Amino acid sequence: MEAPTVAASRTNSAAVAYVRAAPAAAVLPPLTTVGVLAWFKDRLFSSVGSTVMTILIVLLLAWILPPLIDFLIVDATWSGSDREACLPSPARPEVGACWPFIGDRLAYVTYGSYPVASRWRVDAFFAMLACGTAWLLWLEAPRRDIGAVYFFVVLPLASLALLHGFPTLGLAVVDTAFWGGMMVTIVVAAVGIVTSLPIGIVLALGRRSKMPAVRLLCTLFIEIVRGVPLITVLFMASVMLPLFLPDTWSPDKLMRALVGVALFSSAYMAEVVRAGLQSIPRGQYDAAHALGLSFWQTSRLIVLPQALTVTIPNIVNSYIALFKDTTLVFFVGIFDFLKTIEAARADPKWSTSVTSATGYIFAALVYFVFCYAMSRYASRMEKRLGVGENR
Amino acid sequence: MARPWESAPGVPFYRDPKYRGIALQIGLCAALGYLAYSAIQTAAENLARSHVASGFGFWNVVAGFDISQTLIDYSPQSSTYGRAFWVGLLNTLVVAALGIVLATILGFTIGVARLSKNFLVERLATGYVELIRNVPLLLQLLFWYNAVLNALPGFAASFVLPGGILLNNRGLFMPRPLFADGTQILATFAVTVLLAALFNKVVGRSAGFWGAIGVRSVFTLSILVGLPIVVFVVVGAPFAFDYPEIGRFNVKGGFEILPEFVALVLGLVIYTAAFIAEVVRAGLRSVPRGQTDAAQALGLTRPQTLQLIVIPQAMRVIIPPLTNQYLNLTKNSSLAVAIGYPDLVQIFTGTVANQTNQPVEIVVLTMLVYLSFSLVTSLVMNFYNARHALVER
Amino acid sequence: MKRIAQALFAAAVAFVVSGAADAATLDTVKQRGILNCGANGQLPGFGLPDSQGNWTGLDVDFCRAVAAAIFNDATKVKFIPLTAANRFAALQTGDVDVLARNTTWTLSRDAQGLNPTGINYYDGQGFIIRKALKVNSALELNDAAICVQQGTTTELNLADYFRTNRMRLKTVTFATLDEALKAYETSRCDAFTTDASGLYSTRLKLAKADDHVVLPEIISKEPLGPFVRQGDDQWFDIVKWVHFAMLNAEELNVNKANVDEQLKSENPEIRRLLGAENNFGEQLGLTKDWVYRIVKLVGNYGEAFDRNVGQGSPLKITRGLNALWTKGGIQYAPPVR
Repeated sequence: MEAPTVAASRTNSAAVAYVRAAPAAAVLPPLTTVGVLAWFKDRLFSSVGSTVMTILIVLLLAWILPPLIDFLIVDATWSGSDREACLPSPARPEVGACWPFIGDRLAYVTYGSYPVASRWRVDAFFAMLACGTAWLLWLEAPRRDIGAVYFFVVLPLASLALLHGFPTLGLAVVDTAFWGGMMVTIVVAAVGIVTSLPIGIVLALGRRSKMPAVRLLCTLFIEIVRGVPLITVLFMASVMLPLFLPDTWSPDKLMRALVGVALFSSAYMAEVVRAGLQSIPRGQYDAAHALGLSFWQTSRLIVLPQALTVTIPNIVNSYIALFKDTTLVFFVGIFDFLKTIEAARADPKWSTSVTSATGYIFAALVYFVFCYAMSRYASRMEKRLGVGENR
Repeated sequence: MARPWESAPGVPFYRDPKYRGIALQIGLCAALGYLAYSAIQTAAENLARSHVASGFGFWNVVAGFDISQTLIDYSPQSSTYGRAFWVGLLNTLVVAALGIVLATILGFTIGVARLSKNFLVERLATGYVELIRNVPLLLQLLFWYNAVLNALPGFAASFVLPGGILLNNRGLFMPRPLFADGTQILATFAVTVLLAALFNKVVGRSAGFWGAIGVRSVFTLSILVGLPIVVFVVVGAPFAFDYPEIGRFNVKGGFEILPEFVALVLGLVIYTAAFIAEVVRAGLRSVPRGQTDAAQALGLTRPQTLQLIVIPQAMRVIIPPLTNQYLNLTKNSSLAVAIGYPDLVQIFTGTVANQTNQPVEIVVLTMLVYLSFSLVTSLVMNFYNARHALVER
Repeated sequence: MKRIAQALFAAAVAFVVSGAADAATLDTVKQRGILNCGANGQLPGFGLPDSQGNWTGLDVDFCRAVAAAIFNDATKVKFIPLTAANRFAALQTGDVDVLARNTTWTLSRDAQGLNPTGINYYDGQGFIIRKALKVNSALELNDAAICVQQGTTTELNLADYFRTNRMRLKTVTFATLDEALKAYETSRCDAFTTDASGLYSTRLKLAKADDHVVLPEIISKEPLGPFVRQGDDQWFDIVKWVHFAMLNAEELNVNKANVDEQLKSENPEIRRLLGAENNFGEQLGLTKDWVYRIVKLVGNYGEAFDRNVGQGSPLKITRGLNALWTKGGIQYAPPVR
């Protein structure tokens, strides 16, 4: 309908004076709709409220950032061997972070009191763990099935031999009382990660089971554990576990905390897995039944592979929570990374007004790097799986 | 056609899933029952051999230790362990209640800010969420308590704030009106909040003048501020305050807020708000774009769109995870132990368990308290869900 | 391959089962080959590991003496740091065989399934305060804020003392001694209270020790000593007599340096003590030369005292009540005969 009219007007254009014969030169778009200025107008000054907020935030940053940079870098102490270096003096009235304190205590917050001569074993453990983690997380890695066996079977046994000792191979036993620092944090987190997924899967399947007794037991366990603070679970594991076991079985102190952490994270993992199971359409089960697959075959071959894949981001998120929760073993007298920072902070050798802040900022940085890396991974997985878009 | 759970003719009963299921359940129950029985048996033997008392006989024994914050009357010489339990429980509840209110406000603000068009606002909110969510709460609490609040001046060099308020590393000291003791203040506060909530409830549904968000907030605010003033005047407007003053050792008089309390509330609020912000963001984004467009097409302003269209729909998505966060905050308040705030866990599993030497009873009791919080919350949630669930067509 | 698997399993079991709380503690300890000793871990002079994990302290030496008597090797001790709050649970659940963690002997503890074996340090509770506040007596502490460690007798005595003297108190309670001390140092509290011995040793942890002063008042009796579980009389006797042996050795002037000479002594008391005559050690379930081992490997009570808290240590605490009864103190041991 349109086309003939246009064509008609074109043919008549020569005859009508006010119709332009040649196209006008293109005019640049107004500065306020494209380019930097437009961005500024759109993203910073689009309305009165937005402008006010922008100004407020700039002021806030101007108020916070310079002192922070001063504290962390400009006024910070970079060398020294004891507290004298970090005390304010007439020549240096403003004292920033006391970095030599971290340098001095780095070995302690990494290995605790682990014998110096055997610390290579801890390093080897770190390296093996890093390999295993990379193997599993990198989805294009070759033979990830071997990777899974390595991570869930070989690595735990090898770590036990390395860290605790294995006299047959000439590795002297190092009692867990000497373990400490980052090493313990990673051991606790790793044990939680390795054990919570299988137990969580079993619990989640149990909670969706058709058998009332199984369902009730799993639901009870999950809800009770999720209903109480981790600190009470740890307290129970450390005080009550030995009471409930025959007295020839008195588990190691660290072992008890590990049991507590594993139970706690399994209950949370069960709920994550259950959410994944719920996302599997009913038809998948029916189809599996129709093919004559048993319950375990259905779970192993049909349901779990799909359910676990869609929940990878949530699983990683619950690992982040677990990694942060490892700090609570602090309360049952285990020297994890945070506890060693606390102990180092109380050392009179480094007692200054900035020691605490320095220690905490360092610790926060370390935890942040670990957790942020995990959360980036989770959100990349989420994009890749398209979970976010499907909602 | 035979359904999978009905045995086909000719299949022996031991291959029948139904009988197998029953056998499995009986086996599981028997195994667990045996485990539980032998564990309890062992525990009883262990306890009997080490002559540890059992039962709750300690409940009425005089406690003998002092507690730094008590909302109800408590004296070390005459109050019992049972009383100490209530003191601890109340301290936990106060932290949880205040934490929940503040974390909700902060969390909603940041959640909305994360969706802001303003670049700086959005980046700042995102940075906040990323930073706070990726650092353990315990570390944050220790930081606020040991690095920030301890850096405040000592009591002799207190900051003097307007109105005779003193701030130092011993806490925040405010003038205390002489007419009221703690319970009266608490009661007034509770009544005020209740009335404001009731007002909002009654009026919130109406669409007219009273329903407009501006009018509503002005009236809510006036109830919140006005009622205490009215109470104050009715009680006889005693313009006498007990002002805190710097004594030889300490700040004397006034109404004292412990630094441990401040650090705990601060840490919990900042931490939980980051999670609430994510909940709110997800909720707001769950409302389809078309709803906003349609609202604008109808000529609703942006605040109206938010208030009448987006928020009511988003709330349905927000409420369940939000309650979860409230529960988390309450459970996390048990980290008070690390900074010396006398909450239930600190008083009970810390001091009382040690004085009575009965850790089993005490840990179980503490767990039951938290479990009942969870239980009550899920009951309320189920009730809410039943009322507000989308009616499927 | 199978052997490696077996060894791995054994290592796993060893990791899980590290001790046993059987009725016959002596047999368990011998079988295990190491004594599990619950120690403080934060208190210089009583129990503190250095950065290499070497423990020192009066309580630590006590555990070493027990190990010396059993194994003839004072290094066969594993020290397990315990807090005030978890120490009794650790003893009762069999985590430790002996609790030597500056623990006060009280009636309720004695009745609640624990057995104090003796008093290796007579102590009392005191206060430390900043010199700048110019306080000379604990009776001037009305309205003061006081930092204290949770779950201790100290916490109870503090409330009693202020009540008795009609003073008002603001307690600030912390889970560990270090936290309480740190809070005091950052002036969260005006004073810090613990056992007097603890005050001297924690003072060393303050950055400027000279700015703080210990007040003269001792507000309680704090007889500190090792504890064992109730229900194993043989073990109770052994731990009890290790302390008495160290006291008797000091009283008879048998020390680390001269113990070999003293073995040839004609003094019947010394001969009985060192096992040159009779078999008293065997009656306890140990060997004849049990005291010789203790003194040779650890020393007598006086030596342990001097080395850890006395003149030979940074704490420089005088013997006072802890001197032998023959020297004006109240340390008195029953005779070995």
